[in-house]
Amino acid sequence: MSQPAVDLNTKVQNSLSQDRHSDQRQFVTFTVEGRAYAVDIMCVREIKAWTETTRLPHQPEYMRGVLNLRGSIVPVQDLRCRFGMGETEANNNHVVVIVVIEERLLGILVDTVSDILTVDGEQIKPIPSGAVQVGEDFLEGLVNTEDGMVAILTLPLLFNKGFGDEPAQ
Amino acid sequence: MDDLEEFRMIFFQECQELLQSLEESLSSIENGNYDNDTINAAFRAIHSIKGGAGAFGFDGMISFCHNFESVLDQVRNGHIDMDHNMLKLSLRAKDIVADLVEAAQSGNGDLASMGGDVLKELEYTLEHNKAPAAGAVTGSSGTQAPKAKAEEKKAEAPKAEAPIVTQEDDEPQERDVFITFKPEADLIRAAIEPLKLIDGLNQLGATTAEVLEENIPSLESFRADQCYLTWKFNVYTTASLEEIEDVFFFAKEYAEISYQDERAEKAQAEADKASQISQETSSQDEASSSSDENSSEAESAPKQKIMPNNDDADKKAAATKAPVTLRVDLGRIDRLVNMVGETVITQSVLAQQASTLSPEQHGGLLHAIESLSRQTRELQESVMSIRAQPVKNVFSRMNRLVRELSMSLDKEVKLVIIGEHTEVDTTVIEELSDPLVHMIRNSMDHGMESPDEREKLGKPREGTVKLSAEHRSGRIVITIRDDGRGINREKVLKIAKQKGLISEDANPTPEEIENMIFLPGFSTADKVSNVSGRGVGMDVVRRNIQALGGRVFITSTPGKGTIFTMALPLTLAVLDGMVIRVGTENYIIPITSIIEASRIDSHQLSILPNGTRVVNLRGQYIRMINLGNALNVSLNSSTPQVIIVETEGYGQVGLLVDDLIGQQQIVIKSLETNYGRVEGISGATILGDGKVALILDTDAVAAMNLGSASYANSYNFNEDEIQEKVS
Repeated sequence: MSQPAVDLNTKVQNSLSQDRHSDQRQFVTFTVEGRAYAVDIMCVREIKAWTETTRLPHQPEYMRGVLNLRGSIVPVQDLRCRFGMGETEANNNHVVVIVVIEERLLGILVDTVSDILTVDGEQIKPIPSGAVQVGEDFLEGLVNTEDGMVAILTLPLLFNKGFGDEPAQ
Repeated sequence: MDDLEEFRMIFFQECQELLQSLEESLSSIENGNYDNDTINAAFRAIHSIKGGAGAFGFDGMISFCHNFESVLDQVRNGHIDMDHNMLKLSLRAKDIVADLVEAAQSGNGDLASMGGDVLKELEYTLEHNKAPAAGAVTGSSGTQAPKAKAEEKKAEAPKAEAPIVTQEDDEPQERDVFITFKPEADLIRAAIEPLKLIDGLNQLGATTAEVLEENIPSLESFRADQCYLTWKFNVYTTASLEEIEDVFFFAKEYAEISYQDERAEKAQAEADKASQISQETSSQDEASSSSDENSSEAESAPKQKIMPNNDDADKKAAATKAPVTLRVDLGRIDRLVNMVGETVITQSVLAQQASTLSPEQHGGLLHAIESLSRQTRELQESVMSIRAQPVKNVFSRMNRLVRELSMSLDKEVKLVIIGEHTEVDTTVIEELSDPLVHMIRNSMDHGMESPDEREKLGKPREGTVKLSAEHRSGRIVITIRDDGRGINREKVLKIAKQKGLISEDANPTPEEIENMIFLPGFSTADKVSNVSGRGVGMDVVRRNIQALGGRVFITSTPGKGTIFTMALPLTLAVLDGMVIRVGTENYIIPITSIIEASRIDSHQLSILPNGTRVVNLRGQYIRMINLGNALNVSLNSSTPQVIIVETEGYGQVGLLVDDLIGQQQIVIKSLETNYGRVEGISGATILGDGKVALILDTDAVAAMNLGSASYANSYNFNEDEIQEKVS
């Protein structure tokens, strides 16, 4: 039931991405531990308030178990923990951003969702070389806004470790 | 274009059904039920396939079916005996037709080159039995089949003449056949040369021709690439009408052709009686046929109509008992099943929410919710029953496997199928085929002796593999039983030790030895054959079956045979589960694996030197697993309970849990869609409160604790703690 919806969603995204002739891009920004991050708006499926999840046996510490998204079982990751800043004490004010990565649904636990950011391509600045280590290169670039710097995340790179075994195809 | 594609699809679906009916007829003959009805049914099936193939221009398929059909026709006319060899040949030919259909559907493979050896045998059979039948215009002869569709159509046309049925003359007889051949405009453009056709007729017998020139237009409107002539031929021949029709096989779409057979006319009077029936049945046939025949053809050539009497009667019988069915795309049903699954979850959420309401104030609402729960359960059952299919669909494929293996292994083996009407969900059906193939291969390759060897042992030369299915306590149990030599336990044990699969000093029970063939990397075949021997069969079989929530085991009696038993859930979409609590989380244990649940006293508990706990239950020691440790959560109840489950490979195991919450039907959801496999967990579901609960894979949990040293250690929890909890 939810599977076709995901496919459709991805298709729509793909077609939308292709249609984006102008160099403008949109991002959803959120904060973790006071710092601002952004993900491509096309990856974001929905945003929902934190609810208790069901933990998985022997889950990695940045995994926050799975939740029920209208019948789909969706794993949730703690972004703060993923960044090595310790586990989030999640409460009702925390937010789960549901994103689609390579046709799979993933929830990202963040502190707050701030805004939608529209920037031109040239506004996205490269990461200074040497600033991040190999294996931590999940940042696509940096954008300077009125409120300060926003780091744009490349989700597939960030979460390729987040899944369990490769799903049986 | 879409229409054509649709017709093609219908044709292939029909082919599957027809092939199955052919298979059934032939198996029925194999089982000694040889009668006219059965052979007619077989004939009709292949005939219809050929007709359809003609409509879609699968030439290789047409010619093969044609020969096969001709042979079957000779059989039903009594010219060829349906003996053992003939039956074998028919079965092989049927397999080739199945291949042809598949190749035609996928568009891969060269239809014309397939099944060459079988085709030769068919031709040979025909050749050697030709004499008595040649020339006899047996009304039922198969060679007229390419016209089948046209005939059937014509029966409906108002001016259709009565079918012509001739008596089955054994003596070839020469007589005049008159043919009127009136090409349409396209004949030449279709690269059909009238002269070639005349040559063809000449080969059948002395032919005279009269040319009618009345249609030749004036020179201004004359086109060089059109044929304006009409011929009237008179052939004096022994050839059957079908053979004559075959001359015009490629021309018939581009010309009006009518035949007039002297001998046939004699029989016309008789045939008039049959016309009524033929009209009824042909319209029925047409409804199921995928042909889009050229209508001009149907109106011309009225004398083409040939409809055997006996065929009609059969068709009528078949028509009356055909159940009313509807073809529905599986995708649609899956969507429905998913929707119902969602509804069941929502309903249980609703029921749980409503349980806090006071019956006095909300009596009506609570009553309605109760009805709803009953109705959703019924709804779910009905939907699941739509998807239920008899295992026959898979079992009948095994016939071919056994046949082919018998040939390649040089063994004589008969497959006996029992309980083929047992129904399971289609999700399970799809998964049955591979394990069955592997196990049957194993039985036939390793278990079955060669015919000579069997004879020496005083067994019948022909071995038997019995494939049976039945429902047993909410599962489908499939057994494959052969009467071969059984498992050579010493050899198995030796190999297992040689390959280091078990330790040198292990002393397993006979049963354990037998089940070693499921160990990865185990193979006793001395040489690698294309049948088995690569040592990847049985462990894969077991893994796949376990992944479906099923089990498989083997028992064997030396010299008497081997029995594979495979138990699978009836559906992979829902299961009855026991909801349990461990720590703060709820989990589901499939009811089918639970033997009992009980509270235990401290005096029933003992601890083995390696830290493993065992519980003494009515004199039996059962290994205990602390689910808290296995699932990495902590038990927090002061009165933990034990659930005894039956596991595959580890016997009965006790699971220590905090609490039993209750039994309910759950909808199985995949964890792997968005996440991946989790050890010890087979899936997930959504409970009444909307939260996800994980479904335990008890076999994996049992294996997990046995296999890993770290689990064994963490398992060694504080003695006082458990005393405290248990007491």
